[in-house]
Amino acid sequence: MAAVQETVDRVRAIEVDAYKYGFVSDIDSEKPPKGLDEDIVRYISARKAEPQWLLDWRLDAYRRWLTMTPPRWARVKFPEIDYQDLYYYAAPKSTKAAPKSLDEIDPELLRTYAKLGIPLVEQEILAGVERPRVAVDAVFDSVSVATTFKAELAKAGVIFCSFSEAVREHGELVKRYLGSVVPSTDNFYATLNSAVFSDGSFVYVPPGVRCPMELSTYFRINEKNTGQFERTLIIADKGAYVSYLEGCTAPKRDENQLHAAVVELIAHEDAEIKYSTVQNWYPGDSEGKGGVYNFVTKRGDCRGARSKISWTQVETGSAITWKYPSCILRGDSSRGEFYSIAISNGRQQVDSGTKMIHLGKNTTSRIISKGIAAGRSQNTYRGQVSAHAKATGARNFTNCDSLLIGDQCGAHTVPYIEAKNSSAVFEHEATTSKISDDQLFYCLQRGLSGEEATALIVNGFVRDVLQQLPMEFAVEAQKLIAISLEGSVG
Amino acid sequence: MTAQRAPASNAAELVLAEQFRALPREVASPARAAAFRRFEEAGLPNRRVEAWHYTDLRAALAAPAATLGAPDAAAIAEARKRLAVLERLAATRLVLLDGYFIAALSDPPPAGVALAPTPPLAPPASDPVLALNVALAQGGLAATFATQTAAKAIEIVHLVSAEGAGAIYSRVALTLEANAQASVVERFVGAGAATQRQVSTWFDLAPGAQATHVALIEDAPALHVESQVVRLAERAAFDGFGLVAGGALARRQIFATLEGVRGRVGFSGLGLVDGLRQADTTLEVVHAAPHGQSREFFRHIVADEGTGVFQGKVIVKPGAQKTDGGMKSQAILLSPHATMDAKPELEIFADDVVCGHGATVGALDAQQLFYLRSRGLPEAEAEAMLLEAFAAEAIGRVADPALAEALLSATRVWLAARGQGRRM
Amino acid sequence: MLEVKNLSASVNGQPILDGLSLTVRTGEVAAIMGPNGSGKSTLSYIIAGKPDYEVTSGEILLDGEDLLALAPEARAAKGVFLAFQYPIEIPGVATMTFLKAALNAQRRARGEADLTTPDFRRAVRGAAQSLKIEEEMLRRPLNVGFSGGEKKRMEVLQMALLSPQLCVLDETDSGLDIDALRVVADGVNALRDPARSFVVITHYQRLLEHIQPDVVHVMARGRIVASGGPELALELERNGYRDYANANAAA
Repeated sequence: MAAVQETVDRVRAIEVDAYKYGFVSDIDSEKPPKGLDEDIVRYISARKAEPQWLLDWRLDAYRRWLTMTPPRWARVKFPEIDYQDLYYYAAPKSTKAAPKSLDEIDPELLRTYAKLGIPLVEQEILAGVERPRVAVDAVFDSVSVATTFKAELAKAGVIFCSFSEAVREHGELVKRYLGSVVPSTDNFYATLNSAVFSDGSFVYVPPGVRCPMELSTYFRINEKNTGQFERTLIIADKGAYVSYLEGCTAPKRDENQLHAAVVELIAHEDAEIKYSTVQNWYPGDSEGKGGVYNFVTKRGDCRGARSKISWTQVETGSAITWKYPSCILRGDSSRGEFYSIAISNGRQQVDSGTKMIHLGKNTTSRIISKGIAAGRSQNTYRGQVSAHAKATGARNFTNCDSLLIGDQCGAHTVPYIEAKNSSAVFEHEATTSKISDDQLFYCLQRGLSGEEATALIVNGFVRDVLQQLPMEFAVEAQKLIAISLEGSVG
Repeated sequence: MTAQRAPASNAAELVLAEQFRALPREVASPARAAAFRRFEEAGLPNRRVEAWHYTDLRAALAAPAATLGAPDAAAIAEARKRLAVLERLAATRLVLLDGYFIAALSDPPPAGVALAPTPPLAPPASDPVLALNVALAQGGLAATFATQTAAKAIEIVHLVSAEGAGAIYSRVALTLEANAQASVVERFVGAGAATQRQVSTWFDLAPGAQATHVALIEDAPALHVESQVVRLAERAAFDGFGLVAGGALARRQIFATLEGVRGRVGFSGLGLVDGLRQADTTLEVVHAAPHGQSREFFRHIVADEGTGVFQGKVIVKPGAQKTDGGMKSQAILLSPHATMDAKPELEIFADDVVCGHGATVGALDAQQLFYLRSRGLPEAEAEAMLLEAFAAEAIGRVADPALAEALLSATRVWLAARGQGRRM
Repeated sequence: MLEVKNLSASVNGQPILDGLSLTVRTGEVAAIMGPNGSGKSTLSYIIAGKPDYEVTSGEILLDGEDLLALAPEARAAKGVFLAFQYPIEIPGVATMTFLKAALNAQRRARGEADLTTPDFRRAVRGAAQSLKIEEEMLRRPLNVGFSGGEKKRMEVLQMALLSPQLCVLDETDSGLDIDALRVVADGVNALRDPARSFVVITHYQRLLEHIQPDVVHVMARGRIVASGGPELALELERNGYRDYANANAAA
């Protein structure tokens, strides 16, 4: 009950319509002009002193993007985006020359991350006895401003750095893997990202290494009218293991901000990647003004035999969420997992789910999705499970449940189940209901308020997924869920 | 996950446009013209159209056949002989030959039922193929079931004349007045590899009306597209079942709307797919009023290189509180090259609802098979027993025991033929 | 009757049986006792011919005939009956339909004529009565919604009906209370016959109080490690399997 009480206190502490992370940091930044053309692509590449092959790759993507149209199949509505009215690059000026150590980082930046609860100072983290150590890569608008614990990770042979640094220092690895899971031709937003991606995180875990700590990237959009296009590439070599966390926030702004990221995961033989996201971009106000358009392509490739990729996501933010973290189960006996909590309130629109593509033999996958719709939001689960004719012994279990709070919202379930051989065994189940009156009454009768009772029941509803999150994140996510549902109980 | 886009006219669409223009002057009407415009706007659906995600009609209907005209006296006489040996599934038999109602081959309607020619009906907004049916169908049948009357069961036999080469379009409209009760079986008989059949059946249920419907597709046309449109007023109830045991491509599409409070629908079906065949059942149930109940239960057995498709979409409109919806799709794949595609969708805009769906795909249960064999049943016999049981549970949704038995024996015929490696 | 010679077997590449040898004479009731994981159930499945079990060496002979070469249904026709530890539920298949199909399939395999419906019904009814199986249970789908005791009684009913030569009872006592156990044991005892052999697999001595064995074999680590008279079961009850689990070589 303590956790619930804390949750409720937290809800009460914030003002109506309060998005905790909505502040704007006053940081001088450097931006090229608005709009997108080949020169902007060249500018971004030049700013990062990229090799020719990467510039060519970007330009190729840009030219292809010009011929593409945005996807229309998702259940989301928004006005046409004017791609010429956006900034495609914004960097805090003070880090123009990359900081050599954490001491050189703009104190205002450090204060920003401190406010967000993200420690960028190793000592502080080390001083905290109980806090598990987490290495953080902080991405502020278009650039990575700091990466902690790099030295210690390097000792284990783990490469964890900003994408730009990876291009400079580990060019061969980047060249080998970039676009190998999400090709630059994949879809409208991923192709746009391929042309203009600014920064992001890069992880390489060498064969047989178990990454000694959680890795984490923290994304922050600060600048106005700025698209954020980060790119994350994680490679777990044979027998390696890594757990990676991603968090994100943005200031409250009346305009919509575009976030079109690409995440590529590659798991070789016997490797395992666990990727967790707590997505808390600014959702817009209760009338639907402002908020982030979160159009993200995330895909993992279980390339080697017995490899495993597990996605866990807690989606509470963004005005619109369009993301389908997927697994390509290429290696024999590989496994994909997708655990998701997607909460929508106000006028948020969520269209999210996963794809499990079974290609190898004896591959297994598991999907647990919990959608909660409140206010006037629309919440859609969209998923695909397919077994190729040669994917003998493929197994999938899917459970997707939706909970409705209030009669103005919508919850939708769109699963595609495609079995192309007789040895595949697919099981899918889904339910949609509102919070049970009996459960609510029982809680009320025991003295809980309506809001407390709702938080309690919702936490129970999403428990299976919360359990998949690393401890620290789980606590944070639980609080976030209560905050997201604030005001949803009449 | 594909976009919807209006395609440019292709050769097949031009042929269909020609057929529309060639309709006799006396059947032309604004309703037909509007329907054909709707078809032209959308064109023949391919996989980019979400409701046709797994069935590419553009490919299947690349060469539309010439429409069959009303049968002549010789065709009717020949049909009479074939009907004489066709076992009856209901007391009253009504016959459509090549899509045209033939009174001479039909029984008089039972008490409380009045027959009439069909008026063109406005199709629901989206489906282009149903619009095409409305635009082109000249033959058909309309029946009205009188208020407060429980009419005796009717079978409607859709027979194809001997050669069977050509396109058939027909429409059946069944109207149930308040508290009327109807029981209708539609059987599709006699089509061959040169038959392209597109039929529609329209049910309109007034308050308190109750209808049961069984469709039985046993013949083997190149194309069978059957659209069913069901509208229910308050307290009306509808139970429909479909057995698809034949047809190179069989598509059953059902559009049901519960317009009044406390409506109830139950749809179930069995798809038996072998060879290179494809059987697609796509249904959309719209709960537009509170306290509605819907149940869907579909099973497929897919052998050889066959493809089974089930798409079910339950939509709960704002305000349709206390909706109770449950949908289930299950499939057994018998061959390494068999395919089952399932898309059970929920689209829910009201909060006080209980809706759920389940879908399973898999091979025959190895444990069950071994158990039966350990008791001495040869493998083929054990397999047949399990398949029949699987099929029988779907057929169990049909309340009339005689009808259920007829469906079961049709299933046995299919299972036995499969065992002997027929239809390759 | 049954001769198992130097049998080794594995499941999914995992070796389970390791050179097991066992002889069961005609008319004999042989108990096989052993700790969990010793391979008892595997042995019963291999005798019955369950797919997925790979025999890596050795042979199984029934009256001198090689069982391993036969399909499960052919073994059944030869008179091998396995009473499953967990009888399989088969929705949609009525129990009566199943019983009749199984009985006639075996008769056909032996070149006998199908039983007439009245004869069949009489046979079932007789067996059902002695096992306290109600008519209503026979109308339900096979094993679906049956309690643990009902499932086990159904196994014994089938055993009675199919009159096998060799009955293998796999943990038939598991999940049964004392009353249900007595009914099942009485059913088995009624089938004891000089021409019929039993292999009774159990973890506990309890079942053997009701079904008296002629011989007791102890199984551990995939082979028979000790054999003796009924007194061996009592000794196991007192001392547990520890001695055998730790012992190196077989007796």
